[in-house]
Amino acid sequence: MTTVDVAIIGAGPAGLAAAVSAKQNGAKNVIILDRNSWLGGILPQCIHDGFGVIETGTSMTGPEYANMYIQMAEKHKITLLSETMVLSLDKNLTITAVNKKGLQKIKARSIILSMGCRERTRWFAMIPGDRPSGIYTAGVAQAFINLYNIMPGKNIIILGSGDVGLIMARRLKFEGANVLGVVEILPFPSGLPRNVVQCLDDYDIPLYLNHTITYIQGRERLESVTIAQIDKNRNPLPGTEKKIKCDTLLLSLGLIPENELATNIGIKIDNITGGPVVNQFLETSIPGVYACGNCLQVYDLVDELSSDAKRAGKNAAQKNNLKTKKIIKINPGKGVRYVIPQVLTTPGKIHFSLRVEKPEESKKLIIKSDGKEIFSKKLAWVNPANMISFDAEIPAELLEKGHDVEVRLDD
Amino acid sequence: MKNYHVAIVGGGVIGSAIAWELAHYKLDVIVFEKGSDVASATSKANSGVIHSGINSKPGSLKAFFCVQGNQMFNSLSKEFGIPVKWIGKYVIAKNENETKELENLKRVGEKNKVPGLKIINGSKISEKNVPCTQALWVPTAGIISPYEFTIALAENAAENNIKFCLETKVTGLKKQQDHFLIKTNKDEYQSDILINAAGLNCREIVSMVEEPDFNVYPCRGEYLVLDKKYGNLVKSMIYPVPVKELGVLGVHITPTTEGNILLGPSAEYIDDSEDKITTKSMMTTLLKEAKEIIPKLPDRAVINAYSGIRCKLESPEHGGLADYRIQESKQTPGLINLLGIESPGLTAAPAIAKHVTEIVSKNIEIKNNTNYKKPKPRMKRFAEMNSQQQSDLIKKDARYGRIVCRCEQVTEAEVINALNNPLGAHTLSSVKYRCRAGMGRCQGGFCTQHIVRLLEENYDVNINDIKLKSPDSYLFSGRTHEVKK
Repeated sequence: MTTVDVAIIGAGPAGLAAAVSAKQNGAKNVIILDRNSWLGGILPQCIHDGFGVIETGTSMTGPEYANMYIQMAEKHKITLLSETMVLSLDKNLTITAVNKKGLQKIKARSIILSMGCRERTRWFAMIPGDRPSGIYTAGVAQAFINLYNIMPGKNIIILGSGDVGLIMARRLKFEGANVLGVVEILPFPSGLPRNVVQCLDDYDIPLYLNHTITYIQGRERLESVTIAQIDKNRNPLPGTEKKIKCDTLLLSLGLIPENELATNIGIKIDNITGGPVVNQFLETSIPGVYACGNCLQVYDLVDELSSDAKRAGKNAAQKNNLKTKKIIKINPGKGVRYVIPQVLTTPGKIHFSLRVEKPEESKKLIIKSDGKEIFSKKLAWVNPANMISFDAEIPAELLEKGHDVEVRLDD
Repeated sequence: MKNYHVAIVGGGVIGSAIAWELAHYKLDVIVFEKGSDVASATSKANSGVIHSGINSKPGSLKAFFCVQGNQMFNSLSKEFGIPVKWIGKYVIAKNENETKELENLKRVGEKNKVPGLKIINGSKISEKNVPCTQALWVPTAGIISPYEFTIALAENAAENNIKFCLETKVTGLKKQQDHFLIKTNKDEYQSDILINAAGLNCREIVSMVEEPDFNVYPCRGEYLVLDKKYGNLVKSMIYPVPVKELGVLGVHITPTTEGNILLGPSAEYIDDSEDKITTKSMMTTLLKEAKEIIPKLPDRAVINAYSGIRCKLESPEHGGLADYRIQESKQTPGLINLLGIESPGLTAAPAIAKHVTEIVSKNIEIKNNTNYKKPKPRMKRFAEMNSQQQSDLIKKDARYGRIVCRCEQVTEAEVINALNNPLGAHTLSSVKYRCRAGMGRCQGGFCTQHIVRLLEENYDVNINDIKLKSPDSYLFSGRTHEVKK
């Protein structure tokens, strides 16, 4: 059994940033375990730019951004176990992992979860029809093109306008594929506005809002999909069906934080984020286990993700889990889908991140407790695709009284 | 042209069980399967139930082979190392009329000599999530993985020199004097005996040599697969009372040996026996009907949906259940037909295979194959082992230390073993059905790229030839950029 100060599960951007920060904040032995043979998680396949703009002022590609952290991790002599899959955790902070050398047991003072997320499949949307080849999640198609030099197909339809789907629309166009359109069930695109412009508009790729795919046809390879406009209840409107011939369907239906390891030891999960419920230290419901990156919440910008991951790394190194007697809950109110952290155990300057329900203009973000407004901030516009983060001062008396906090959007 | 003693059309559970049975004798046997692997149609898309025999008419072939087959599964399970779980089933009644139906089922079962049947008060059944007034307990109903069983039969047959021709469709058949001339999409073959185990295509095969005196009515059944997370909702199979007019058993809840739960199947007569689609309306109906059985069933639990097609000999207008027809053709001696093998076909398969072997032995002299090699019992999956066993295995072969499928924790060594199958099946599905890579909640999101890599590294496969599941189900359209070697 190896003993370490901080063990980190997942060597994506969150795991790397957390590891560097843990080391900078006093942890002596830091180890990262990752199931892939490379570092950087999903970044090596994200060869488009836009990474690191906020953090460094330079727009980098995914591999470039990953390299920046890989170099820092190397400089800080962080131990990395690649091709190592964590099989289980226990509440005493022991990790069981497997690699080609055998079963590994690692006892840690703190554990950081940074397992990332996985993509939703066809069966999340329950799309009926045949079950041919040629249906890929957008990220899998991205891996085939960018990492393996393999083309998934030629005539492409994309379902879902999440960022990965938008980026793939452009990527496939670059490679000479015929990108026939992006179909989105919502009345607005779910990816970042800049991606809609740079990936679809600039290449005349049609975006079908308020549409969905109602049928998949092709007994062996995909032959066509049927798209239809939807009504207010998201049911297809009869008469609006249109059959589009294609050989490839990419699914960009959203991401699910990967938390099987967490749920197996009873870590409490937020039903909306899909990630662990955390306090202001990004500590989960099991003391000493912290969470960051896309397994905590699905981020839209890596800069933001790294910044939060660094806090997790610091807290894990310092084992920050100071608790007052009372724990208060932070609840999403009107117009807000979720807020992180979900619980508070100490007062002071707290970093919040949240997503709103729908795109709106000129709103006021408010933190309320016991009928009193304790924080407010004006926002010119809000969009579910853009995560909102801010710091707010939470007074000590609030925790003493034990009133829950509500975060909401007002006009 | 080489003359085979026996040619079998169809590599489903029936064709594979017959091939395996015949492998015990000194015979040249060839099997034609139009799919890219055995168990590529109805034999893979069913509930995986070893039926007890309570649903078949006393005196019928179905009842006979079902009860006989059921008793063979314990020893088959040991021989192949494939788990059979005798989890039993409850047929549940929600009102007085249905309770009467339970008594009828019990009577039929007893006539068929099904042991241990009991009607239990709804409050006393062992399933806490299943409300009902009364239930018939059927202890001799079990579960098995239907594709794993079929694959095991076929692979051991192949190891005993039975020739399996995959992606080979029989396109023509002629009886010439004392032998059959068999045309396929690939080659021509010759055999003394022809066994028609073509399932839904059994009529097409008959019609190549004689006028069929029957029709096939394909009846589609859709299924939903639940995430293993919800595998504890029930421990046994839960059936409603059968839907008489449709001649099917109704939407039921079936645990699988691997820990998932299946909902289904629906029953819908269709014209085209290849039309294995899933439909929005049936997916909704299945969830609704399953919720009537298990009110606690969560909404977002489904990780996959598929359908299988029953081979029925009764028209939907006539309804009800026809019996199997298993006999040598009077018009075409040497043609052994297996017609209308629907549920309980999986259960009946080993008993049917013995019976067909007897028919073969009446036509040609058969001698024991003294070189018969017993199957190597299936190794425990890596994910099923304890830490010590896992450790020991990795020391022997480091490839067991590399997880390829994260959801089901399948290792690189297991994927390579699957690819090394004696049938030469190399599709993603053939890997999936052998070692479960790709069967979990991410449905291949993580492992597909690794399996493709292993195929390229170990088999020198051109990426354009990698298929999902069937002869034309190509995965890719070439390299993004061709690299000249």
